[in-house]
Amino acid sequence: MSIELKNVCYTYSPGTAYEMHALKDVNLTISDNQFIGIIGHTGSGKSTLIQLFNGLMKPTSGEVLYNGENIWNENYNLKKLRSEVGLVFQYPEHQLFEVDVLSDVCFGPKNQGLTKEEAQVQAKMALGQVGIPEELYQKSPFELSGGQKKRVAIAGVLAMNPKILILDEPTAGLDPQGRDEILNQIAELHEKRGITIVLVSHSMEDIARYVGRIIVMNHGEVAFDDTPKKVFSHYKELEKIGLGAPQITYIMHELKERGLDVDTTATTVEEAKESILHVLRGGGKDSR
Amino acid sequence: MGIIRASKLGFDYFRYDEEGNEEEINRAIDGVNLDVKAGQFVAILGHNGSGKSTLAKHLNALLVPTEGTLWIDNMDTAKEEDLWKIRQKAGMVFQNPDNQIIATVVEEDVGFGPENLGVPTEDIWKRVDESLEKVGMISYRKHSPNKLSGGQKQRVAIAGVMAMHPQCIILDEPTAMLDPNGRKEVLKAVRELNEQEGVTVILITHYMEEVVFADNVYVMDSGKIVMQGTPREIFSQVDLLQSYHLDVPQVTLLAHELRKEGVDIPEGILTIEELVNALCQ
Repeated sequence: MSIELKNVCYTYSPGTAYEMHALKDVNLTISDNQFIGIIGHTGSGKSTLIQLFNGLMKPTSGEVLYNGENIWNENYNLKKLRSEVGLVFQYPEHQLFEVDVLSDVCFGPKNQGLTKEEAQVQAKMALGQVGIPEELYQKSPFELSGGQKKRVAIAGVLAMNPKILILDEPTAGLDPQGRDEILNQIAELHEKRGITIVLVSHSMEDIARYVGRIIVMNHGEVAFDDTPKKVFSHYKELEKIGLGAPQITYIMHELKERGLDVDTTATTVEEAKESILHVLRGGGKDSR
Repeated sequence: MGIIRASKLGFDYFRYDEEGNEEEINRAIDGVNLDVKAGQFVAILGHNGSGKSTLAKHLNALLVPTEGTLWIDNMDTAKEEDLWKIRQKAGMVFQNPDNQIIATVVEEDVGFGPENLGVPTEDIWKRVDESLEKVGMISYRKHSPNKLSGGQKQRVAIAGVMAMHPQCIILDEPTAMLDPNGRKEVLKAVRELNEQEGVTVILITHYMEEVVFADNVYVMDSGKIVMQGTPREIFSQVDLLQSYHLDVPQVTLLAHELRKEGVDIPEGILTIEELVNALCQ
């Protein structure tokens, strides 16, 4: 399962005074079983990009291929594509509309042609995977807390059995524990079900903790596309484009400058701790 | 006496069934006492549902307490005749910038508040200029708000509150929806208002790094204030904070972890500089 973007451009309001090039010549491949983070300042083209992935938007020029097939070919089954590439919007709670939690999650699978019973089986499995207990099934989605709403919305997409799950800032406005719960559950979906995850986030710390590959968007172009360690080593360039690195990256660089021979590519608290302890206990970086 | 005082504040959310009978009562705030001095920068932390936003809405009388009393500059918020005076003293900025900008031009949006207060026209424009200047948005005064970035919109919203000349500004997760740059811009604007204009700031946030500059931090859990102190006092108690579902800044956590391993550094490290100095003596 792969999504491939070839020379993709997207222009809003082309030919008018408001013409805006949201994406310029983007080339990307999202392959099987990856956990990818997308970062970029507001207006950098992130949201446009992810809406191209499941055919919600059509590129102005260039091709979007799913498993090698151009999704904008005539007769291409876009409905099937959208059930395989699930998209959870930035305010997933705005996606909820049914009278109770279970019906809301059943909506997707029912649309895929499943019977009510089959849809419920799928829905219950999905709700279980995001940690929503059975007592909440009959509640109105609007009575839930922010974190619960987000999880129900994610379950609504999961119930359709997607192969690729795209989440646009799923943790905005959540407290630290709610954030960790959702991100851990997403990571588990990746590990256990082998779902490819694309996570859009403004939190460099979260990105550093979970993903294996980071795509950095800037003014509609891909600025970096590499592992977190490599991407965050460009922290000065990242700052110039309105981003930054996890606080840990700054600590490690500062320590190095002051003569402590620590590993500056550490991006998480755990890695930083190991590296600092190693140096303090007498080992140099070279002896590792 | 403080500009914001609360005594045994309590607030219940009621839920009614179809016949209008009380079905459920939710205690959102429970026995809260507050005393915020004029000019302070106060941060409120707490997990989702801990009562922070409910408390914030009491501070400019959007909600009135079920129990206890809240005074803003010695005015009881439960007294309807002082309502407009209270809202002029204590201005509120919400999480979503798109929900609080109403005009089609930046300067008109900022002028909306003072116009509603009946300020004479020439004074309104003076206030608009001053407020936009204070948040660094003066060059955008003729722009359309919907073309601005999130951080810029949020600063316009803050200018809109400032134009009402409040003594106190309450920000309910103002940076939750912003990118890193937007967060920095907004926080810088808020700190400047506090330091240079002496405006009392109440900041509600989930970003622990934004709290390290506060004079005082309150931590809420199940509607109660469970911790109170300087950022250093609060963040020295990593385990307790985590039990309230909260976090500490990465640098504080790293220092805490290193201490546990026997490294000789003080508890409650708040900034990168402090940690680096402690490690590279």
